[in-house]
Amino acid sequence: MARVRLYFTTANFFLFALICAISLGVKFLLYLFMKAKNRYLLLAITLISLVCLIIDLPRFHLNVPFGEKFKINQDFGGYNLDFTLFGKRIFRNLSIRQGLDLKGGLQVIYEADVSSLKEEYRSQALESLRENINHRVDLYGVSEPSIQTSRSGNSYRLIVELPGVEDIDRALEMIGQTANLEFKRQSQELLDYQEKLSNQSETQEELLGFSGEYFVDSGLTGADLAKSVVSFDQQTGKPEVGFEMTPSGGQKLEALTKEIQGQPLAIFLDGQILSAPVVQAVIKDQGRITGNFSLQEAKDLVIQLNAGALPVPVTKISQQNIGATLGGDSVERSLAAGVIGLSLVAFFMFVYYGRLGFLADIGLLVYGLITLALYKLIPVTVTLAGMTGFILSIGMAVDSNILIFERIREELAKETPLNMALKLGFGRGWDDIKDANVCTLIACFVLFNPFDWSFLNTSGLVRGFALTLALGVLVSLFTGVVVTRTLVRVFYRK
Amino acid sequence: MINFLRLKWVYFSVSAALLVLSAYSLFFNRLKPSIDFTGGSFWEFRFSQEVTKEDLTAFFNDYGFAFNQLKSNDGFLYVVSAPPLEQSDKQPLQLAIEEKFGQIQEHRFETLGPNVGKELLFKTVTAVCSTTILILFYLAWRLKNLLYGLGAILGMLHDSFILLGVFSWLGKFWGVQIDTLFVTAVLTTLSFSVHDTVVIYNSVQEEVKKSGGSLIDSINFALNRTIIRSINNSLTIIFMLLALVLLGGGTIRWFVVALLVGTILGTYSSTFLATPLLLELNKIFKLKK
Repeated sequence: MARVRLYFTTANFFLFALICAISLGVKFLLYLFMKAKNRYLLLAITLISLVCLIIDLPRFHLNVPFGEKFKINQDFGGYNLDFTLFGKRIFRNLSIRQGLDLKGGLQVIYEADVSSLKEEYRSQALESLRENINHRVDLYGVSEPSIQTSRSGNSYRLIVELPGVEDIDRALEMIGQTANLEFKRQSQELLDYQEKLSNQSETQEELLGFSGEYFVDSGLTGADLAKSVVSFDQQTGKPEVGFEMTPSGGQKLEALTKEIQGQPLAIFLDGQILSAPVVQAVIKDQGRITGNFSLQEAKDLVIQLNAGALPVPVTKISQQNIGATLGGDSVERSLAAGVIGLSLVAFFMFVYYGRLGFLADIGLLVYGLITLALYKLIPVTVTLAGMTGFILSIGMAVDSNILIFERIREELAKETPLNMALKLGFGRGWDDIKDANVCTLIACFVLFNPFDWSFLNTSGLVRGFALTLALGVLVSLFTGVVVTRTLVRVFYRK
Repeated sequence: MINFLRLKWVYFSVSAALLVLSAYSLFFNRLKPSIDFTGGSFWEFRFSQEVTKEDLTAFFNDYGFAFNQLKSNDGFLYVVSAPPLEQSDKQPLQLAIEEKFGQIQEHRFETLGPNVGKELLFKTVTAVCSTTILILFYLAWRLKNLLYGLGAILGMLHDSFILLGVFSWLGKFWGVQIDTLFVTAVLTTLSFSVHDTVVIYNSVQEEVKKSGGSLIDSINFALNRTIIRSINNSLTIIFMLLALVLLGGGTIRWFVVALLVGTILGTYSSTFLATPLLLELNKIFKLKK
C-alpha cells in the first residue's frame, strides 16, 4: 500500500517540537520545584496564575462609579502581544482561534494532478500550488485561512480551510479554477479558408465545412500580464478587466498586434473563449478583456490573474461546509457542559477528600488558567473535538491528585506522621502518575501524527483532539503534582 | 481486606458474555460506516416551516435526486445522505427545494470521494496497530516482565472489541455510524484502558518485592489499595463526559458516548479482568515450564 515517507509540513513539526519543549520544560520545572522552598514556590505559582489570568481575560467593559474622585470606566482584557524587541515589532493576536466547525465556513480537499510531472518535481509543484492558492485567498479576503499540503501514498493534496465564507459557489470557483489565460490568433488554415471564401474561386463542395482549428497559440499567456484591475466600459458601463503587460510581454504583444491588425485576437480562459476582439491598432503595454462579465466575475478573474494560473490542475475530492449558526450553538452547549462537569468534579473532590480536595480544586483552577493561556499563545485552533479533549483532560487532571491522596490516606492509616505521609504520598504517587500518562501521550502521538506519515491520519479534527489532550496531560502533571503539593504543604494542617 | 480473586470466575464470565455478545453483533449487525469510510454526501439543513418526510421524499423522486437516507425528527431539521453530490448539482437542487418548500438554512454539507474512505480504513488499521505496539513496548520496558505486558494488552483488546460491539448494537437500534471521530475514541480508549492497569500492576510489583508473599496475596492487596483510586478517577472523567453527552452539540455526541463507554470498560477491565488474568497467565506459564 502507501509507501512510508518522512514528509512533514513545517507547521505540524513546529507544533510537535513545541510540545516536546513543553514536556522538557515541565520536567525541568518539576526538578527545580522539588528542591525549592515552599514560599518561593507559592510566589512563582501565584505569578504564573496571574500572568495566565491576564492572557485569558476576554475583553470586557468595567464601569464602577465609586464617587466623584475614584471612578473606573475602562475596557479590560482581550490583550494582544505587541512589543518591540531589538527594533523588531512583534505582534500576536491573542484571541482564541476557532476551528471551522465552530465558526462555520468551507473546507475543501483538492487532489493535484501531477501525473505529467517527474517524481522529483511533484512536491515542489504542490508547494507552488499552495502558494498560489494562498495568494488567491489573500486577495479574496478571508481572515485566518489555512492552506496545507498533504501526501497520501501517491496522492498529492491540498487542504483549504476558509472560515466564515458564506458564498460557497463563488469561493469554490475562485480557488479551484486553473485560470489559465491564453491569447490566441486565427490559424493559418482559417485565414486560407477565408481567403478562398472571399475569392469564390473554389467549387461549392470544398467550401462547405471547415474542419481545422480556428485559433492557435500566439505565445502570449496570463504570465505576461503584470497587473490587472476591474474597470468599466465607457460606453456601456459593463464591467471588464483591464491589464498591464510585463516589459517582455509588452514587446510580444506589440509584435503580435502589428502582425494581425484587422484580425480578431481571441482570449481564452481554461480553454473557454471569453471574447475575440478585432485588433484595431498596435497595442503595447495595456489592454482590456471584455466578456459578458458580472461585476463579481470580473473581480474574481482579476484575483485569479493577479495570483497567476495554478501550476497543475486540481480536482476536488472532498468538500465540507458548515453553517455559522450550528457552530455558535455548539460552543455555548460545550461551555455549559464544561462548567457543569467542572463543578461536579470540584464538588466531588471536596466532599470525598475534604480540605485536601479543596486544595486540589485550587490546583484545578490553576490548571484551567494555564491551559487556556497556552491555547491562546501557541495558538491552538479550537474545534468541537478539541473542546472535548480539553473537557476530558479536566477529568484526568485530578487523577494525579486522587493517586497521591489515596497514598497519603494509606500512610495516615498506618499512623505515619503527617509530614512523612505527605512526603511518601507525593513521592510514590509520582511514579504511578508518570507511567499512566505516558500511555495517553503515546496515543496522542499516533493521533497527532506530527511527521505527517502518510500511513496515519491527517484529519484536522483528530489532530485538534490529540493536541488538546496532550497539552492537558502535560499541564496536569505540573498542576497536579507541583501546585497541589505546594498548597498542601503551606496550608494543610491536621 | 476484600478477597477480589475469590470471584474471578464471575468476572471472567461477565467478560466472556460481553465478548460473545459483541462478536455476535459484529458478525450479524456489523458496523455502519459513515461517509468518512464509504464516500458520499451528507447534507443537514433546516426548513423555516414544517415539511413532512413523505412530501420531501416525493419531491426528491420527482426531481430525480437519488438519496440513500432521509432523516428528520421534527419535520424542520433534515439530514440527507446520498452518493457523492457535486456543488454544481447541489446548487440547482437547493434552489428547487427552496422554490417548493420555502427558504432553508444549511447547517452542514459534506462530500467525500470513495477513495478517501478506503484510505481512512487503511489508516485506522495502521493507527490501532502502531498504538498497540508502542504501548506494548513501553509496558515491556517499564514493567520488565512480558507477562504483565501481555495481561495489559489483553485487557486493552477486550475493551476495544467490546466498544466496537456496543457500537454495532447502537448502529442496529439507533442507526449510529462509525466515523473518523469514532476511530479517535477507540485509540483514546486503548490508552485509557492501559492507564489504570499500569497503576495496579505497579502496585502488585511493589508488593511482591516488599512482602515477598505469594502472587495471589500481592494481587489482592494491590486491588484493595487501588480500587478506590480507580473508581474515583473514572468518576471524575465520567462526570465530564456525561455533562457533554447530555448538553454537548449533536455532531460530537456519539464520539463522547464512545469515550464514555471506553472509560467505563477501561476501569472495569483493569481491575476485574487484567489483574485476575495476570494470575491465570502466571499459572499457565509456570505449568509449561
